[in-house]
Amino acid sequence: MPARRLFPFLLLPGVLAAASVAGEVPEKIEFNRDVRPILSDKCFLCHGPDAGTRKAKLRLDVREDALARGAFVPGKPAESELLLRIASKESDEVMPPPETHKTIDARERSVLERWIAQGATYQRHWAYEPPLKAAVPPNANGVDVLVARRLEHLGLKPSPEADRRTLIRRLHSDLTGLPPAPEDVAAFERDGAPDAYARLVERVLQSPHYGERMAIGWLDVVRYADTIGYHSDNPRNVWPYRDWVVRSFNANKRFDRFTLEQIAGDLLPDADRESRVGSAFNRLLLSTEEGGAQPKDYESRMLTDRVRAVGAAWLGQTTGCAQCHDHKFDPFTQRDFYSLGAFFADVKEAAVGRREDGMLVLDAEQERRLAALDAAVEEARRKVQATSAETAVAQTEWERGFAEGVTVLPELKADANAPAANVRTARAVAAALNKSSAERGPKERLAVRDYFLANVETKHRPVREILAVAEKERRAYHDTLPKCLVTESSPKRREVRILARGNWMDETGEVVRAALPHYLPGPDFAGKEPTRLDLARWLVSRENPLTARTVVNRLWKQFFGTGLSRVADDLGAQGEPPPNPALLDWLACEFMDRGWDVRHIVRTIVLSATYRQTSEATPEQLARDPYNREHARQSRFRVEAELVRDTALAISGLLVPAIGGPSVKPYQPDHYWENLNFPPRTYDTDSGAAQHRRGLYVWWQRTFLHPSLLAFDAPSREECTADRNRSNLPQQALVLLNDPTYVEAARVFAARILTEGGVESAGRIRYAWRRALQRDPRAEEVRVAEELLVSQGAFYRADPKAAAALISTGQSPVPAGLDPVELAGWTHVARVLLNLHESITRS
Amino acid sequence: MNPEPFSPLTRRAFLGRGAQGVGTVALASLMSGRDLRAAPARGVIHPLPLPQRAKRVIWLTMAGGPSQLETFDPKPKLAAMHGQPMPESLTKGQQLAQLQGQQLVCHAPQFKFRKFGRGQVEISELFPHIGSVVDDICLIRSMTTDAINHDPAHMFMNTGSQIAGRPSMGAWINYGLGSEAEDLPGFVVMISTGPGRSPQPVAARQWSSGFLPSRFQGVQLHGRGDAVHYLGNPAGIGRGQQEADIRAINILNRQHEALVGDPEIATRIAQYEMAFRMQASVPELTDLRGESAATLEMYGCIPGDGSFAANCLLARRLAERGVRFIQLYHRDWDHHSQLVEELPLRARETDRASAALIKDLKQRGMLDDTLVVWSGEFGRTPMAQANKGSTGRDHHNKAMSMWLAGAGIRRGQVYGSTDDLGYAAMENPCTVHDLHATMLHQLGIRHDAFSVKFQGLDARLTGVEGANVIDGILG
Repeated sequence: MPARRLFPFLLLPGVLAAASVAGEVPEKIEFNRDVRPILSDKCFLCHGPDAGTRKAKLRLDVREDALARGAFVPGKPAESELLLRIASKESDEVMPPPETHKTIDARERSVLERWIAQGATYQRHWAYEPPLKAAVPPNANGVDVLVARRLEHLGLKPSPEADRRTLIRRLHSDLTGLPPAPEDVAAFERDGAPDAYARLVERVLQSPHYGERMAIGWLDVVRYADTIGYHSDNPRNVWPYRDWVVRSFNANKRFDRFTLEQIAGDLLPDADRESRVGSAFNRLLLSTEEGGAQPKDYESRMLTDRVRAVGAAWLGQTTGCAQCHDHKFDPFTQRDFYSLGAFFADVKEAAVGRREDGMLVLDAEQERRLAALDAAVEEARRKVQATSAETAVAQTEWERGFAEGVTVLPELKADANAPAANVRTARAVAAALNKSSAERGPKERLAVRDYFLANVETKHRPVREILAVAEKERRAYHDTLPKCLVTESSPKRREVRILARGNWMDETGEVVRAALPHYLPGPDFAGKEPTRLDLARWLVSRENPLTARTVVNRLWKQFFGTGLSRVADDLGAQGEPPPNPALLDWLACEFMDRGWDVRHIVRTIVLSATYRQTSEATPEQLARDPYNREHARQSRFRVEAELVRDTALAISGLLVPAIGGPSVKPYQPDHYWENLNFPPRTYDTDSGAAQHRRGLYVWWQRTFLHPSLLAFDAPSREECTADRNRSNLPQQALVLLNDPTYVEAARVFAARILTEGGVESAGRIRYAWRRALQRDPRAEEVRVAEELLVSQGAFYRADPKAAAALISTGQSPVPAGLDPVELAGWTHVARVLLNLHESITRS
Repeated sequence: MNPEPFSPLTRRAFLGRGAQGVGTVALASLMSGRDLRAAPARGVIHPLPLPQRAKRVIWLTMAGGPSQLETFDPKPKLAAMHGQPMPESLTKGQQLAQLQGQQLVCHAPQFKFRKFGRGQVEISELFPHIGSVVDDICLIRSMTTDAINHDPAHMFMNTGSQIAGRPSMGAWINYGLGSEAEDLPGFVVMISTGPGRSPQPVAARQWSSGFLPSRFQGVQLHGRGDAVHYLGNPAGIGRGQQEADIRAINILNRQHEALVGDPEIATRIAQYEMAFRMQASVPELTDLRGESAATLEMYGCIPGDGSFAANCLLARRLAERGVRFIQLYHRDWDHHSQLVEELPLRARETDRASAALIKDLKQRGMLDDTLVVWSGEFGRTPMAQANKGSTGRDHHNKAMSMWLAGAGIRRGQVYGSTDDLGYAAMENPCTVHDLHATMLHQLGIRHDAFSVKFQGLDARLTGVEGANVIDGILG
């Protein structure tokens, strides 16, 4: 494969880690670092944890079993069957067998050989061992100490600190997702105090936008979206959960509490409205309203969906394959899978059909108003009740008249010209009246009473009308109130059984009770079936080696572009042993030691010298560590989809920085939803403040996510996503150039340049650059901007209609008092700025 | 032959870095000229392990699940049993959708079958045009699937999995083979608009790139508005203005690159050039004015009507431009009721154009290396469904009919059969995984060796349960 020769290191992510030693065989072999990745990828499929497909009764993941089957002789590579089979030229002997299309290359063979020569010792998989906290000198930043230790070992040198402007841009992007104001940049550049950076960090950490920024990654892993996902993909009420996530990060809620509320917010001894909104986590799965969907089928899909979510969000374990069989690479069994699912067997959730409206989530004003409306209804009802005795007497008299033939229902008179529906009702009432009141069924009694009140009784009608109006008002208000799907526990638990090959129609499998994965340390529940609360407590217990590692690994990714272990959703055998395990473990321990304090970890990372390095790579760094796995520099990457939007809105001044609220619908191409059905839907573009909100508040339609977010790799959130793609596509250019959101941002930014940037074009260009890029333009940039102004200006002077069209893009008012032709010309300069790679890149 | 794993820096980004000495301008044109997404024009599989019979695929999706019993699978015995209970020996333990728990009664085929072609293949009278090309196609009457609700069944047909997040077949193929299209995406999806009764919802998931890089995802070509999202310039901006802005953007990006040496910038520059070219190439593609009256007549379409027929013609134009995977959706085949009233209408909307596509490709010499597939996501029950108004048929996964043509598929063949009542595939049953394996085989790819690491697994389009190339349909 020529591609392999061209890019040899691309093929070896596992050893990239030690970029400097790629291709070399380490002196001292470590099982976890060197051997397990080879055995897992090349051998475990047939000789691993899954007994169901094990060949030749040989398993290589357990040393005793491998020895018992004579797989190798410790210390004697030449006598080891394993190596002989790998080296064999016979197609029926060689391992891995040709049909697997897997081969073990020369380097891997040398690793195995040396490993056996050194005694073929095993280690438990690194991530299932408790994290160990390396000793770090007091007052030193653990991140820096452990990165330096590794760099020294590799012979790499750290990079110098980035300049002030880059630092503040980076910090704002990573902690708030918004560019800093030019004034803040200038102040920071001037601030010569030794603690200038530390003070900046504290200020940015306290920004209310911090929670918004932190929420994005979490919303991906829990697959938060506004719609149900399957088939009709109808809406559901969950946005208060999104705000709960934002609020939790802003309040620096301890991560253990954050976990408890999501998995068991309804079961907590101190459960309150807040914790119950958190429990919406259990409701974020996909559901269906499709006709003919079988409840058992979807009950099974939901169970598997929940297990995958817990696996991805907390455990960093890929569990999906264990729906059908024991995991091929990790010790996670099919029993573990269904036992984990059984924790959720009490969650009330219709297998098929419309989701309920959910719990009311009101602020104080809404509480007050609803209470007032309730009181009005109650008051009106009391007044109606006060008339009931009198009305009952009147009804009895009226009925007597009917029985005696005195009364005839007017709709049924021969000459009556009543609407058909009224006639039908009257007939039913007449039929009921023909029976004695004792003979009438409840429905008939109600029909008679309703008829009497609606058509006969007039004296107390005004009182009843007051009640009707009060009820209507209350209902109308209630419909507008925020609601959230939350978890409710049912005493009637669903029966959970192991489904052979994942087949929901197979009812022969064993029924299982809730239980923790057998291979991880956990408490003894002494025969009592544990609850979701027990599960949640275990997830964030000191015993569990996975949660803290999983969380800090994802956090690291936010600040360096890649996790310390590269595969953020898999800390198992097929994931990547972290090149710097001491660092991952130190952060995980620090996280737990400090009471699961997220902000403390974030602060520790961003205060480190490692974080503050420049992201400009030297040729040597690029050659030796192309993916920056060793952190001898910072990383550069394009910001997330939501932040691309936020940046343009912020620079232009259009951004409405409000926190939270219902999801919003910014401009979207017409007909984009035309392939939704049951029912067909139109997209009602928001106007006013809702139009210019941050990207994380955009309506998340799972089957048709907003095309501008999609173009920048926002996931559909049908499944948990720990790693977003970070692509570079022509569609992104089309979005930034032509999506009305960005065109409007450009023309509003242009108006700002004209009104705030002085009157000279040089000053305006400087103003524009400072606002968009937080730096002064270089001379050649000024030239490009001026040339563009000239050419575009000439066009609009010749075609003022075109200018008028351009500067009225979007809902923002066209500013009075600005020359439309001039504004149109500057709109192009603004547009160019918003399109620059530098504008959407964090460096 | 495992493709290389992904890395935080993309492969093309590295290309950019490596080629820096060449100069970014040259680089930009080199990369963008070859492939829309600045991916290597060549796919990750190189050289191909098998002879490549198909260079591209056109997949005609009849969403909703057409009834095999009124299209391609004649069942006289079922007619004879009309109104009688379905033998329980057949239906016991079967998963059903809307007929679950209902009385199961045989329902006769509602339309006559006629014999077509040299092989006298029996096809419903509703599809005379497809009948007229039967000597060029291979009919499979023994296809089966795992899923029985639309959404999971579409997911399964498109991605080989019922769990969201897997790449669709068009994405896999572009990843494996790269794209030959200049200025167009390698994977294009078109969904026809029509006067239908209850069109099936489709989800963008069906053309998602899943865990593959986003540049492999299908790009929807719209019948209305901008053919591609945000393709048109904003009001008040002409092509000249657009070009001036893009030139300025690229000059500034190049200056920035010279300062910081970030290889992603070269890619960004190339993408702006590509976007600009797409703004011209897509309208040229969708402009049917150059098509002859005879061609329009053959497809039976009015240019720009967004119909299935117009999309069939566009499919040919996309194929001519080297687009690797072209998928068309017609959304109205879910006939739980009103089968007799509805099916002829849907047949009329698709029959002629589907056949025209075959004829047109053939007359241009393109059928030899274009694989055409016509399929729903599942079949329908031989039992009547009468609980939704006038009679129809329920979803069914044990038997469905479909056809393939071109690219080394045996011509004029009927493959596989169902039992006398059309309930289950009997002779040569095929699975969706087999279908995918066969498609990949014709494209020159070994399905079992084409995998990407995802969540620890060697994930394949053809799944983990095993799949077999359907040798019996290969010419």
